This record gives sequence, structure tokens and C-alpha cells, in this order.
Amino acid sequence: MTSETLALTPRISDPDSFYEALIEAHRGLSEEASQRLNARLILILANQIGDRKVLDEALALAIRTGRT
Amino acid sequence: MMATRRSYPFKRPPELDSGKRGHLPVIVVGAGPVGLTMAIELLERGIATVVLDDDNTVSIGSRAICYAKRALEIWDRLGCGEVMLNKGVTWNVGKVFFGDDPEPVYTFNMLDEEGYKYPGFINLQQYYNEEFLIARLQELGGEIRWKNTVVEVTPAAKGVTIAVDTPEGRYEMACDYLIAADGSRSPIRKMLGLDFEGQVFEDHFLIADIKMKQDFPSERRFWFDPPFNRGQSALLHKQPDDVWRLDLQLGWDIDRDAEMKPERVAERVRAALPGVDFEFEWLSIYTFQCRRLDKFRHGRVIFVGDSAHLVSPFGARGANSGVQDADNLGWKLQLVLAGKAPEALLDSYDAERVYAAKENLLNSTRSTDFITPKSAVSRAFRNAVLELAREAPFARPFVNSGRLSVPAILRESALNTPDSDAFAGKMVPGAPAADGRIRVNGRDEWLLTFLARDNGGVNHKGTGFTALYFAGDADADKAMAETAKAMAQDAIPVTVYAIGNPNAAPQGLAVIEDAAGHLARRYDGRPGTVYLLRPDHHVTARWRAADIAAIRRARDLAAGHRAPAQIKETAA
Ligand SMILES: Cc1cc2nc3c(=O)[nH]c(=O)nc-3n(C[C@H](O)[C@H](O)[C@H](O)COP(=O)(O)OP(=O)(O)OC[C@H]3O[C@@H](n4cnc5c(N)ncnc54)[C@H](O)[C@@H]3O)c2cc1C
Repeated sequence: MTSETLALTPRISDPDSFYEALIEAHRGLSEEASQRLNARLILILANQIGDRKVLDEALALAIRTGRT
Repeated sequence: MMATRRSYPFKRPPELDSGKRGHLPVIVVGAGPVGLTMAIELLERGIATVVLDDDNTVSIGSRAICYAKRALEIWDRLGCGEVMLNKGVTWNVGKVFFGDDPEPVYTFNMLDEEGYKYPGFINLQQYYNEEFLIARLQELGGEIRWKNTVVEVTPAAKGVTIAVDTPEGRYEMACDYLIAADGSRSPIRKMLGLDFEGQVFEDHFLIADIKMKQDFPSERRFWFDPPFNRGQSALLHKQPDDVWRLDLQLGWDIDRDAEMKPERVAERVRAALPGVDFEFEWLSIYTFQCRRLDKFRHGRVIFVGDSAHLVSPFGARGANSGVQDADNLGWKLQLVLAGKAPEALLDSYDAERVYAAKENLLNSTRSTDFITPKSAVSRAFRNAVLELAREAPFARPFVNSGRLSVPAILRESALNTPDSDAFAGKMVPGAPAADGRIRVNGRDEWLLTFLARDNGGVNHKGTGFTALYFAGDADADKAMAETAKAMAQDAIPVTVYAIGNPNAAPQGLAVIEDAAGHLARRYDGRPGTVYLLRPDHHVTARWRAADIAAIRRARDLAAGHRAPAQIKETAA
């Protein structure tokens, strides 16, 4: 699986509805509970990806795009 | 506090009366587990030494309690593993709990398969461990000078002079090599002006060693955020003599004196273990640090154990790794002192054990970050892992309640001969040799114990190199018998053992029967396979077929001879 690279093109069929589900999942949660939900989700998705190279690229993208 | 421990008498050192400066090949400073192991290692190798200690007791409180398989195997080689095993509480299973849930979120087993003499871990109070080591050292005629404090160290190119304070006056001694096993506060480190770089963790932990009669199973139990210690962690371990250790995280902002009050601690114990009757054996509050020396060898002064590297207790990597320092250094000093290896061999001690210390520090720091998260987001991830762990197996490997001590695989050591043949399994060059059940002359034995104690050959007391040869090919067997005969006469002898059928063995080869199939499996051995083990039982080379030249080359490389052509073989 070494040829895998991070997907940058859209892959989710109904982005608005997924985005809504994501925000909905946090409704009514405390700041802390929200952070934990996000953390669980990241871990689940990271394991789904599995490939360390792709994970590192994702991490790098997240870090880079947050810089202003 | 509380417990009183065995103490040992001060004896007036002869130098005080003779006024003469004694000289020894090696002096060991510090009678902790590491200094004692080092001295036994030296005595086993016939090197005269003495241990100097500023105190006259074994470890007062119980500090280390968990001793790992590899440390036990080293003590076994040194003749004191079995007493520890017999006295200790054996455990292999660890359980991790989270929050209010009475069921573990995760359970692990330190021993991945049966068929080893030593378990994954034993628990044994450090004072027992030291008592056994002292007894073994005395059995070998070794000397510990209690109440002898090293106050001055003067290193020179070819040796070290020290000044020693005693209750009856000061004297001087000299040695070729000084082993600084003087603990985490190492006065010798300070005398040499060496930096001890690292990290201090802002947290307090309470140790309550309590005596109670309970038949909980002997397993390690670790709690994250339990109801009896909200927001913090807790650890429970069983020790011999019905002593249990409860280790409670307290946090950074605490009133130390108030927390140490027995009534306060009793309250905490009752909350953790409702309804039990107990007495205190030992109470203390500790903080910890992760630090190491940049280099462990400073000319003729060599640092071992806590003086060289300091880890958090999570993972039990302190004493366990210090003992491996001694294991690594002993045979190298022996070869160098005997003039059979260049002094540069001692730099490989530095390279190999710094590598191991880095691994231990990395593991211990990672565990600490998981156990005591430093930020809100770090805590969120930690708790997320624990929340997922029960249902989702993928999350369990993230659970880090201490990565328990396993030996470093010295994969990158310059002493290793890189593989040229294909092998499966874990016995890569640099790995400590795996134990296994064997039969020799019709008797059941353990491989590592047998190799260390086989007094029949030149490998007396495990001081030489060992080749394990998987027999079964008639021509190769015959050639190996010749090889064995020749290498037994070498300046650095190699003892060959044939693993195979004792009834079909060629003349002149000592035979080990792989009665349980452990060796063939663990070493991926087939007829012709040769493993070369260093005196510390680390694999240093292996082949699918090897002739005498290859084995000698690998041995010479492991002995620090970088230019094999210059070595003269007595039998060549
Ligand atoms: C709470 C706690 C729990 C731990 N649990 C574990 C565990 O489960 N497993 C594990 O492997 N490790 C554990 N450790 C770590 C372990 O206790 C140490 O790694 C180990 O004691 C180090 O041994 P040492 O011989 O290097 O040093 P020490 O045991 O500290 O011995 C050094 C000796 O040198 C002497 N000395 C000092 N200065 C001088 C001088 N100038 N002259 C002469 N003598 C001197 C001291 O008196 C002392 O006797 C734990 C530590 C703590 C604090």
C-alpha cells in the first residue's frame, strides 16, 4: 500500500448532509465532551486509513492549513 | 519510614593502617542492584574488585518491585536468579480499568508463549533483591565496604584514583576502571562536572506498601480515573509476604506533609480497597524525572544504572535496564583487561547502552504522557482511547499504562555481523538469545542456564563466546567438529554446541537435544544453521551454513577488532 497518497479531491457524496451530521453529533455536548467525541472520531478514522504515510500527510495538511 | 532493614557492619579498611594506596583492576561505587550485579559479573569473570557504599543497609523503602524476564535471566547466569524467582510473586497478566467500570477495558499478557524458565515478571521488594545479590557476592568471596564514601575522583589516562571517607578516616585507592553505580544523584557525575539532561515531571505519586491478607490474583492492575482517585491514576501490585503496593497519583499541587499522614493515607487505602484489614509497611511520596548522561563512558570512569539514566517508574525500566548495563559491560572489561580486545571495545558499551537508554526513556516518557496528560486535548485523546478500547480492539494497543521492560534489541550495534542469509523470527543479530527447554545427557535443562553453568568446556561460567549449531547434515557435522576443536583453543574461545540427536552426534561435539522443539522454532534453525552468541548471550551473527573463518571473523568483530587480518589465532 506504499503507493497510497492523501486524497485531496472530494470523495463524500452528499457533503452538506455529512457536515450536518458532524455538527449534530456535538449538539448539547460540553466543550470537554465535544473534544472527546472528536478524539474518538479521529482515532476511528485514523485506524480506518491505517497507512502511516497517508496519516502523516493528513497530519501535515491539518497543521499547515491552520497557520495564518 | 517504618520498616527497618538488614544492616551490614563497617570494617576498618586495611589501607587506613598500611597507609598504602591499594590498586584493583576495577572498583565499583554503589551497592544498589546495579553495582552489586556489576561486581558479581566481574567476580564471575575472575576480575578482582570491591564495592564501596556510603551506607550500611539495603534499600530502606521498597523502591523497585517489578523485575523483568531479561534481568532474571542475567541474574540466573550470575547464579542468583532462582532464589529471586522462588521468593518473588510471578505474574504475566496486566489489567487496565477505566472510570467506574469494574471490568477491565484491556488485558495483556507479558509472556507470549510457554517454555521459558523465567516469567514475564516477578514482584520482589528491592531490599530482598539486594539481599540476594549481597549473598551471592559474598558466596563468590566478594567484598563490600559499607560506610565507605567516595569523596574524590581523579581520572587519568590509564586509571583512576579515588579518595574514600570512612567513620575511621580517609584513604586512597586506585584502579584501572572505576564503575560509577552511585545512583540517580551520582556524586561521581557531579565530581566530573557532567550534565544530566532531561525532563522533570510535575506530578506526585504516593506509594503505600501495605500488609494484608487477600487472595486477589497476582496480576498488575492499573486504573485510569477510578472512583477512589478521581481524575488520577492508581496501580496495584502484589509482593511477597502479603505485602501489596498501592501507587496513587496525587497531582502537582498537594500538601506533601498532609498527604503523608498515616490517617490520610489509610483513608485513601480504604477507598481503593474497601473492607480490607491492613497495616502499613512503607509510605512515601515520589516525583520523577527522565534524564540521561550524554555518554556513559568517560575514559576510565564508566557509568551504569541510575547514575547514567533515569526513567519514570512506569514500565519498570530502572533497575531492569541498569542490570543490562552490567551484563553488557562485564565481558567487555574482561577482554580488555586481559589484553584480548582493544580498549575501544568499551565504546561499544556506550553505543549499545545509550541506544537502550534512549529506547527506555522514549517508552517511559510516552507512558507518562498517556498516564498524566499535560493538556486538555491530550487528556481528551487519552480518554477517547480508553472509551473505545473495550468495544474496538484497534484502540487497545494505544492504551499505555507503562510499556513494561523488555530488553533492547541491539540491532544497530557495530559489533553485529549483518545477516547474509534469510531467517524468520525474533533472533536477529543484537537480540538476547531466547531460552528454551533442552535435554543434555538425558537431563532436562534450560538452555541459558546450561550455557552459563556448563563447567565441562572452556565456556566455563559463560565467560566465552558460544556457537549453537543445528546438526543433522553428516558432512557439515564432521566439519563443525573440527571447527569446534580449533576454536576451543583460540585466544577468545568459542564453545560449540550441536543441537540435534545425541545418538547420531559426531565425535567431539557436545550435544544439546531440542526436546521440546523450542530452539528450532525460536531460532528458525535447520541443519547447518549456526548462531554465534556473545558472552552476554546476545546473538551477534547467524548463518545457514558457516565455516571456521566466518565464525572467527564474527567473533573478532564482536570483540571490537575492526581489522580482522591483524589478529593472531593460537590455533591458526
Ligand atoms: C518508587 C519507585 C519504584 C520503582 N520501581 C521499579 C521497578 O518496579 N522496577 C525497576 O526495575 N526499577 C524500579 N525503580 C527504579 C530502581 O529503584 C532504580 O533504577 C535502581 O535502584 C537503580 O539502581 P542503582 O544500583 O543504579 O542505584 P541505587 O539503587 O540508587 O544505588 C546507588 C548506591 O550508591 C550509593 N552511593 C551514592 N553515592 C555514593 C558515594 N559517594 N560513595 C559510595 N556510595 C555511594 C548509595 O548509597 C546507593 O546504595 C523504581 C524507583 C522508584 C523510586
